[in-house]
Amino acid sequence: MSEQLTTQTGSEREIDDAAIPGPALVAEGLEKRYGSVVALAGVDVAVAPGELVGLVGANGAGKSTLMKIACGLVRPTAGSVAVFGAPAGSLEARRSLGYLAELFRFPGWCTASEVLALHQQLAGSAGGRAEREELLELVGLSDAADRRVEGMSKGMQQRLGIAQALIGDPKLLLLDEPTSALDPGGRRDVRRLLLGLRDRGIAVLLNSHLLGELERVCDRVVILAAGRILTAGRPDELTQTGGVEIQTGDGVRRFPNAARKDIPALVAELVAAGVDVYEVSVIRSTLEDVYLHALEDE
Amino acid sequence: MSASLIIARHAVQETLRRRVFVVVLVLTLLFLGLFTVAAAKAFAAQGTFQFGNNGPVGPDGIASLTTVTLLGLGVFGSLFLATVLGVFLTLGAVSGDAERGLLQPLVVRPLGRRQLLVGRFVAAAGVCTAYVTLLYAAVLVIVHQAGGQWPHQIIGPGAALIGAVTILVAMSLLGSVFLSTMANGITMFMLYGAGLVSGLLASIGAALNAHTVQTISHDIAIALPFEGLYEAAVHAFASNAAGLARIAVNLGPFGAAQAGSTVFYLWAAVYFGLAAVIAAVGFERRDL
Repeated sequence: MSEQLTTQTGSEREIDDAAIPGPALVAEGLEKRYGSVVALAGVDVAVAPGELVGLVGANGAGKSTLMKIACGLVRPTAGSVAVFGAPAGSLEARRSLGYLAELFRFPGWCTASEVLALHQQLAGSAGGRAEREELLELVGLSDAADRRVEGMSKGMQQRLGIAQALIGDPKLLLLDEPTSALDPGGRRDVRRLLLGLRDRGIAVLLNSHLLGELERVCDRVVILAAGRILTAGRPDELTQTGGVEIQTGDGVRRFPNAARKDIPALVAELVAAGVDVYEVSVIRSTLEDVYLHALEDE
Repeated sequence: MSASLIIARHAVQETLRRRVFVVVLVLTLLFLGLFTVAAAKAFAAQGTFQFGNNGPVGPDGIASLTTVTLLGLGVFGSLFLATVLGVFLTLGAVSGDAERGLLQPLVVRPLGRRQLLVGRFVAAAGVCTAYVTLLYAAVLVIVHQAGGQWPHQIIGPGAALIGAVTILVAMSLLGSVFLSTMANGITMFMLYGAGLVSGLLASIGAALNAHTVQTISHDIAIALPFEGLYEAAVHAFASNAAGLARIAVNLGPFGAAQAGSTVFYLWAAVYFGLAAVIAAVGFERRDL
């Protein structure tokens, strides 16, 4: 997959703030019921331009429903979602976003290039062949432009889905499990792609079960359970230190109550005692630990 | 190009790529071949046909009877084949495509859901209209070649046939908004069957002068106007026949006792409009 979108650093971002009116996405008091089943029970989420927010939660937590409401596929029971100030589902809102559904399919009889051409026409994109070629290169499908969808692997179709979501240069990207069918290399490529998009000022709401992925790329993570937000914050805020581990000539020594600031004193103490110190590391809980802990508390 | 036309073109491309037309063409040629043989045989055999001991219906009447009966058969076959085509092009247009995940990427694009529905309708109705028109023309030519007669009316029955197919396509599209693909397919063919039964009831009611049966048939034709349009088309073929020949045509298996009327045609247009509005509103409100 090309890395052309990952070359910009954060300081090189060229975001025209005046052209982007307010938050990319704002959900307020969002509720959705399917009969007696509560999918969302009052969710408030906001995504700023250039921010990458991850949604975490068990199956049925309401992640996909939130995304579907945001792109107008599902109508909320109560509450509202605005996309760059426009009501979710309105033509104005849909002009601003790109969406990759969790369960999607493209017509098997279409080639990759034809799928993108159709979506270009519907999105009103004037990018033409150049945009199609750029997007196919971006997702690593340059050689498959003329291949029919029915002849593609699931992973290739998912890459094509990502390319489709990027048509028309959307300002907000809603990605529902974009890496579920990808191999580790493909996931790394998508990570790079997401970081590149963020650097271009594109807001991304990302839904994934792969917590390690989210921890690596997201600016903020929102943990949902039973349609409610359990906790939210930056990954480094949510994950906590769990002590300090020091490899010595006598083996590994653990200091469970120590923090990063205690390391110099601990090392000095060991060296003074004649112990050889080889490696020091701060033990942090992972996002997975945080997620499971939050569910247990619930 | 408008979003509806983009969707319509995409849908037509699908029928071409999936070789739908190839299959339809082969089966249609088969139907027309059999129909040609049947028409030739029917006109060859009419000289031996005895109707009322050569009394009330003369040779011209028998030729007219044969012509109109064959045209009725041809139109019946044309409508059936066009219905199969139209229903299969639309029965999964909304629910089916949504279940398979084909619809969602399209619906989130900045086009109205109504435009998407209009696009699907334009494609299916366009294909079916072209198909049934060609089939109808072929039937007319075959009957003329075999028996040397053109029907008294050509344009009117053709228009009624196109109207019947258009309404069937609209009904199938409407069903796809609310029903799963399988349920919609079953519903459409059962309704089509109900229409056929209604036509037969009308003939039986007219033969027996049974008003209740005729009323039931009439009510079904109102509820399913594609059947009324089909009957109007067939009835128009016999509009120049007189006496017993006309009665025989109207009561035959491919005749029709009910003529169309301006009020009925208006109702068919209103029916189509209602189907379109209900489909559009249902689709707008539907979660995908």
